[in-house]
Amino acid sequence: MTQVRVLAGTRKGAFVLTSDGKREKWSVSGPHFGGWEIYHMKGSPADPNRLYASQNTGWFGQLLQRSDDGGMTWQPVGNDFSYVGDPGTHMYYDGTPRPWEFKRIWHLEPSHTDPDTVYAGAEDAALFKSTDAGATWSELTGLRLQDSAPGWGPGAGGLCLHTIILQGTRMFVAISAAGTFRSDDEGVTWRPVNRGLHSEGIPDEDAEVGHCVHHVEAHPTRPDTLFMQKHWDVMRSDDGGLSWTEVSGNLPTDFGFPIGVHAHEAETVYVVPITSDSLHYPPDGKLQVWRSRSGGNEWEPLTRGLPQQDCYVNVYRDAMAVDTLEDCGVYFGTTGGQVYASADSGDNWAPIVRDLPAVLSVEVQVVP
Amino acid sequence: MTAAADGGGTALSVRVVLPAHLKNLAKVHGEVVVPVASPVLTQRAVLDAIEEQFPVLLGTIRDRRTGKRRAFIRFYACEQDLSNEPPDAPLPEKVAAAVGAGSEPFLVVGAMAGG
Repeated sequence: MTQVRVLAGTRKGAFVLTSDGKREKWSVSGPHFGGWEIYHMKGSPADPNRLYASQNTGWFGQLLQRSDDGGMTWQPVGNDFSYVGDPGTHMYYDGTPRPWEFKRIWHLEPSHTDPDTVYAGAEDAALFKSTDAGATWSELTGLRLQDSAPGWGPGAGGLCLHTIILQGTRMFVAISAAGTFRSDDEGVTWRPVNRGLHSEGIPDEDAEVGHCVHHVEAHPTRPDTLFMQKHWDVMRSDDGGLSWTEVSGNLPTDFGFPIGVHAHEAETVYVVPITSDSLHYPPDGKLQVWRSRSGGNEWEPLTRGLPQQDCYVNVYRDAMAVDTLEDCGVYFGTTGGQVYASADSGDNWAPIVRDLPAVLSVEVQVVP
Repeated sequence: MTAAADGGGTALSVRVVLPAHLKNLAKVHGEVVVPVASPVLTQRAVLDAIEEQFPVLLGTIRDRRTGKRRAFIRFYACEQDLSNEPPDAPLPEKVAAAVGAGSEPFLVVGAMAGG
């Protein structure tokens, strides 16, 4: 029987939420690693029982956990994320150079084909790769040694590499607040791909780096089409990131963090509008997912089952996911500890759980 | 004080109290005892011994690259705060005697700092 497994990383531990294909009744397992921040958990597309989790606290630093049985048991694996050579400096908030310093892993992206290969996005921004199921990690230095890197500065959440998209030999990553970067040689060399992005606070309108990209997604069947939720602005690219156009259209606000793409409709996109960069909650206390079926510009609010008054939660950048069942499921988690699910592409919503710690990330797997 | 501390070559058995999260990681309960082979009892010698016995704790008490104590970790023994002592300095004489003899534990503490 098909099982749907939602992986929720929270401020105080990891939770595994499971249901059958109907996605009506859920069981909750956790907290795993209680008391630790779980920035991200993700399963291997090549082996759904192979999961990776990023575990961190300010007290004890970074750990990586691996499960080989779908999240029932875990074992710590390698946590040596050393920058290669003299790491040099990036820009700090005050414009002064600051040495690169490892702080945490924001995002884990397992290979589509090999369960032992997984990529990790770090703060301060760097990309690491493991080919031995997380036991050891090597930096892909071409990104951090890219020409623009000494000028990268942190966003409010730090200089974090939070998005990794794997497309065979082509890869994309996104860094706050540097922008999106593309490699065409499996991560050896990189170039910024941010033409068309415009950000307040950057004096040079044509600046190719310095943009606070919040999240980027691509549909597997349309690798050249990317959708981006930037600090402000929802953007799309149809040429593999070489140029971007704004598709915010009729959104009530185009500030937000996550963005999702329907599993079977490459032009159906989801965002969660947030009031502003100083008011990290939904407009008017109404939690709404907005969906576009036209690849942007024309958006509709999805409200059925979501609180439409007195709701002041946020939804973080990695806290939205879609499943691959025929009637695509959509999931997101909030800073208020709710994980919401829709089993019908967003038309209707219901909470799976209401009272978890603040949700940092949500991923979903369909297990045959 | 036994052997290693007076240069005799036999390891000291040092009692160590870990914070709860690190006990969970190391899969231990209560105090642990680690062998410290250094002829002089120092903070680094104790931490090396902890990490030798429990490799999963590498990076959780001190930075892997620099060896510096993580900001919210403290080291106590015999009601003294040793956190800011140089890692290679011999522990104060009375502390070394008590910790080396096993009559007092070396405490690794998660500092009280937020929730």
